[in-house]
Amino acid sequence: MSEQTQALTSAAAARGPLAMAAVSVSKDFRIGRHQTLHAVRDVSFNLYRGAVVALVGESGSGKSTAARLLAGQERLTSGVIQLDGKRVEVAGRGDFRRYKSQVQMVFQDPFSSLNPVHTVRYHLQRPVKLHQGKDVHVDTEVAALMEQVRLTPAKQFLAKYPHELSGGQRQRVSFARALAAKPSVLLADEPVSMLDVSIRLEMLSLLDDLRQRFKLALLYITHDIASARYFADEVLVMYAGEIVERGPAEEVTQQPAHPYTQLLVASAPDPDNLGSTLRSTTHRTGARDTSGRQASGGAQKTGDAAAAGCPFSPRCPLADDHCFAEDPALIQISATRGAACWHLDQAAPELIGRQPDNGHTNLTASSHNENLN
Amino acid sequence: MSAHPDQAPVAPVAGPLAARPDTVLEIRDLSVVYRTPGGDVRAVDKVNIDLAAGEVIGLAGESGSGKSTLVYGASRLLRAPALITSGSVRYAGRRVTEPVDVLTMKPDELRRLRWREIAIVFQSAMNALNPVLNVRDQLIDVMHAHLRIGRDEARERAASLLDLVGISRERLRSYPHELSGGMRQRVMIAMALATDPEIVIMDEPTTALDVVVQRDILAQIVELKERLGFSILFITHDLSLLLELADRIAVMYAGQLLEIGTAEEIHREPSHPYTKGLLNSFPSLRGPRRELAGIPGSPPDLRDPPPGCPFLPRCGYGTAACREVDMDLLPVTSSQDPSHVTACPFVLPQTPALPGIPEPAMPQAQQETEPETAEELGA
Repeated sequence: MSEQTQALTSAAAARGPLAMAAVSVSKDFRIGRHQTLHAVRDVSFNLYRGAVVALVGESGSGKSTAARLLAGQERLTSGVIQLDGKRVEVAGRGDFRRYKSQVQMVFQDPFSSLNPVHTVRYHLQRPVKLHQGKDVHVDTEVAALMEQVRLTPAKQFLAKYPHELSGGQRQRVSFARALAAKPSVLLADEPVSMLDVSIRLEMLSLLDDLRQRFKLALLYITHDIASARYFADEVLVMYAGEIVERGPAEEVTQQPAHPYTQLLVASAPDPDNLGSTLRSTTHRTGARDTSGRQASGGAQKTGDAAAAGCPFSPRCPLADDHCFAEDPALIQISATRGAACWHLDQAAPELIGRQPDNGHTNLTASSHNENLN
Repeated sequence: MSAHPDQAPVAPVAGPLAARPDTVLEIRDLSVVYRTPGGDVRAVDKVNIDLAAGEVIGLAGESGSGKSTLVYGASRLLRAPALITSGSVRYAGRRVTEPVDVLTMKPDELRRLRWREIAIVFQSAMNALNPVLNVRDQLIDVMHAHLRIGRDEARERAASLLDLVGISRERLRSYPHELSGGMRQRVMIAMALATDPEIVIMDEPTTALDVVVQRDILAQIVELKERLGFSILFITHDLSLLLELADRIAVMYAGQLLEIGTAEEIHREPSHPYTKGLLNSFPSLRGPRRELAGIPGSPPDLRDPPPGCPFLPRCGYGTAACREVDMDLLPVTSSQDPSHVTACPFVLPQTPALPGIPEPAMPQAQQETEPETAEELGA
């Protein structure tokens, strides 16, 4: 598996040097006496300076847990996290603080991530004092931060409390707070999901602007695959704790290979498809029985200990005994793309047929993979 | 619709509904304010809209645009400090012989109207369901409150309602916390349909759900609508979803309707700058990548709304004349469809979009419409 993923080059790699890497990271939660929830399973990916990697998946797919692992807020069950090529080992509070000054996180809900009893100034002064040492002029730094997130005039906003700000303004304060540590990596967990549609775009372009300005390595977590298309360099699709597909954002969203990615893309509202499946003029009988090729809705299996097969197999239209018995690893489709499916030849024949010169057809790649395991 | 809302005179309450014979809900001139110590907040300002039998109307707008207040005001669900200051809301359904005015109803009349005629699916299914009652008891509770129905019949109907929304009957004894988010929302829909209502109001019913589940539920809603023939008022901030789902879309901003049109018209020929902005705000998954502009700025303070067009400070097409424009919905002059109405008399679907993001609070003059006002505005 690890050899496979290393053979895959990230679509984000061209943007800048490697900042952070997750190597075969797993996280289990004990949820009962003999029950374990495999929230993140053997996940590997890299973050590069100045590049955006999007982690896409439905709720419960483990994308937030993956971010919390990178942020050092959860202990790894197995695997390694590297920062600037060195293995991250947080032993004490000092270590944690040094780590935090490199890796910062922005949360989904700007209403609960700011302290209601403190002003904006307090929210920004604290990380500046904590992470930038004693010889900086705190007020100048804070004013600069406000300017960076375009909360101007700064004076007017600094004295305000969170409840006096709109959702978008609060999220800007969250961005400024994260930037106060002068991080190299920013983990953004659904940073715009709680905001209005008209504000989302503004916030994403602000985030993009900050990425360019500070050469941030950005992990963008979202359930909105359309925004990942526009915003990210590389898209990782997560399902039940595993990365089931990865590749350049445009390719993954336009030609999804994995049946789950195909379902995600097909489910997104499509304004250009007027008179589509949903319109009342056409007769429609629910997603599950429209055709054999359409994957069905329903709950994802969050993987108990016994789950051996492909996590998507209970919902997958292509699933057979092989899928139920054995979990496929990422199979390389091109230099920058991979998908974890035994039936890529059926799921995405046009992608598999595209590079016969590779030497690895779908079948040889997968058997090669089995040997590795 | 033959006549559009503004041209239709406000008919006396006892008369037939004006616009179209199969109109089930007619909202005329409805205004709602919130009384606050800092002054009245004009949440809904003189709104006219009709809902026809079997029609799906999508109400789109940002938070605070008044879309929920409009619908809750029309169904008399608002409490103080909200106050309905003007307008009429008339309802005519299969079970009602004469159109009735909802706003003047007495409590017992309202009680017969609610749920039996107009039912609501709320956004947050976890908060809207009673956590200490199982699914069957909640469904039976609704039926006992609003229908004359026996115990056994109610039980049987509760089970068939779950069939209707695609949940297995074994779930009848489940409590809300044992259900997934999607299932809870389906239970909410089943509860709304328990009394066979004429109108179902859906207030962001799928906003908290995943796209895959959302699509399943929307498909279910459309299928049920086809089968049972109710009308839907669908409130959401996600315009892309409405384009696929709704027959007509009403775009709301700062308490006013800015544009109404069929989904096709709104998608292909959006006329109002705000609608154009909304359509240009969400990234599309399909088709070529396009430049997204969004809508910079934020909505006006409704305690003291500026005169003229409320969208002016954020509008890329704004001119000085916009301060005097009255916000009547008039047919889009270039459109074939007379039911496509817009509140902006200057901008047409063909008016080219301005390149890039316009500076907020610095509206640029629109060359085609009012070239001579550019200097006035800059001064």
